[in-house]
Amino acid sequence: MSTPTSIKGQSDILVTGAAGALAQQVITRLRNRYRVIAVDFREEVYLSDDVPSYRLDLNKRGFEDLFKRYDIKGIIHLGRMISSEENRMRRYASNVIGSERLFKMAHKYGVEKTLVLSTYHVYGANAYNPALLDETSPLKAAGLTMDLVDSVELENLAQIFLWRYPDMNMTILRPCNIVGPGVKNAISQLLSSHYAPVLAGFSPMMQFMHIDDMADAIVLAFQGNKPGIYNVASNDWIAFQKALELCGCTRVPFPSVPPSLPKFLARVAKIRGFNSYLLNYFKYPVIIDGTHFQEEFGFRPHYELREIFRYYRTMKV
Amino acid sequence: MAVPKWLKRLVLSDALDKQLDRIEKPVGTMGYDPWGFNVDTNKVAIAAFSAVYHKYFRVEARGIDRIPTDGPVLIVANHSGQLPIDGMLIAYALATRNHSPRVPRAMIERFFPTVPYLGNLLNEMGGVLGDPVNCAKMLSRDEAVIVFPEGVRGSGKLYRDRYQLQRFGNGFMHLAMKYNAPIIPVGVVGCEETIPAIANIKPLARMLGVPYVPIALPVIFPAKVILNFGEPLQFRGGDLSEEEITARVESVKTSISQLIDKGLSERKGVF
Repeated sequence: MSTPTSIKGQSDILVTGAAGALAQQVITRLRNRYRVIAVDFREEVYLSDDVPSYRLDLNKRGFEDLFKRYDIKGIIHLGRMISSEENRMRRYASNVIGSERLFKMAHKYGVEKTLVLSTYHVYGANAYNPALLDETSPLKAAGLTMDLVDSVELENLAQIFLWRYPDMNMTILRPCNIVGPGVKNAISQLLSSHYAPVLAGFSPMMQFMHIDDMADAIVLAFQGNKPGIYNVASNDWIAFQKALELCGCTRVPFPSVPPSLPKFLARVAKIRGFNSYLLNYFKYPVIIDGTHFQEEFGFRPHYELREIFRYYRTMKV
Repeated sequence: MAVPKWLKRLVLSDALDKQLDRIEKPVGTMGYDPWGFNVDTNKVAIAAFSAVYHKYFRVEARGIDRIPTDGPVLIVANHSGQLPIDGMLIAYALATRNHSPRVPRAMIERFFPTVPYLGNLLNEMGGVLGDPVNCAKMLSRDEAVIVFPEGVRGSGKLYRDRYQLQRFGNGFMHLAMKYNAPIIPVGVVGCEETIPAIANIKPLARMLGVPYVPIALPVIFPAKVILNFGEPLQFRGGDLSEEEITARVESVKTSISQLIDKGLSERKGVF
């Protein structure tokens, strides 16, 4: 671990998940205003000479040394193991236990701003979901599948710190589907594929956010420093199968009834992005209301859905 | 599952297309709204439903202009006929009226979203999961919303109980008061005779997870349908007890009952 020279007048901020495309976009936007310390548990990434980068597991003892070495005033916690990565226990250890350690250290070392990236998945895909779920809607994901328990637990943990330690200025963002160049989550993998599985007879409404817009939203929320919980989504919607069509995907219908059959097929087929525990999200809508965030921070996404889908269509040519 | 372009060209005339384009619809850049409404599917459904409305059920809609031209409004009707035909007829009547047509949204039974193809199709045509949160959000967006306060108690009732209004839920009244939305009572006559059911196989319905499984002939009869739209009812908000709300709901129920009686006296025969 080498310590780069501190730049006078700039405060230090820690960004987790630095190997991901979203974190790198955020770092690019913030590096001129802050000294960014980049951390990822997967790999040590080189970002630039003025961005110290570390490969560190939040659960390892050495992680605390970062807080001793730097005067960290802000944390942007994007380093979440997504639901298609690793197994349930590893994800829980990383996302919940690791985040708890991060928040405790943030409190101990007097961090003044903390932003946590959650996901709209926490609301759960349910046939009886009303549309435009606001931030007070119940988080039902854990009741649908054990594989999303870590996502809900991470949220609960962040909320405890939000209310218990107001000086941490905790902001929790629940974005809709983040897509675009470099994004490797389940939905982006499906939009990238030539043949995309769908559940016959189901095409739920979905929302998409371009990675550039999401990076802008994170920067706005971090700098705006208005603690709370916010959905992040645009005011535009599309049916899932129509989105696949516009991305140039050939849809491959999977039988949808009885519900156990597509789950079994998804487990056996092991198709990228079409994970058995995410099937409900390809069946029922989870439409979130992003107006609170838009009004509070003046956020307006730049990318229209057509532009987003054009990227996936052209990458197949 | 949006409609293919060839189907749109096949069933939708230019005149109807232009007429429907004049109706302002709060949709995004891809023609969808958050509940799944799709402009093209709605147009095709209206075009395809024209013959059903005019030739098959020979619908007479009286007082349709009593529905305000804009702003939030609840269109409250009696429910019958096993399938949501009554909602589609009311929606068609309003979408194709000469003066300031509107595309209303119908609250549909909660089991429809679980049915493959049909759930999405109803959403794209304008149906919305019957949830108070959905209704509230739509009224806040100045939509016209069709509500059947009897729910499945009305649509699933047997032929022997025809034109007997079932218990009304109070939810629509709370929303009408909160959003200052006028209520247009509607008496639907004729849909009771479209699919007359003599019994409901409750154990099978429980097993299938649907509200009812009627014993009926597998045919939709071409009964003549009369839709009587009543005068707007306005209920001011306030700190009312549930008992007072129920009294207001009963007054709406009475209005609908009178409109049904009017329709029954006006029609010359079932067909």
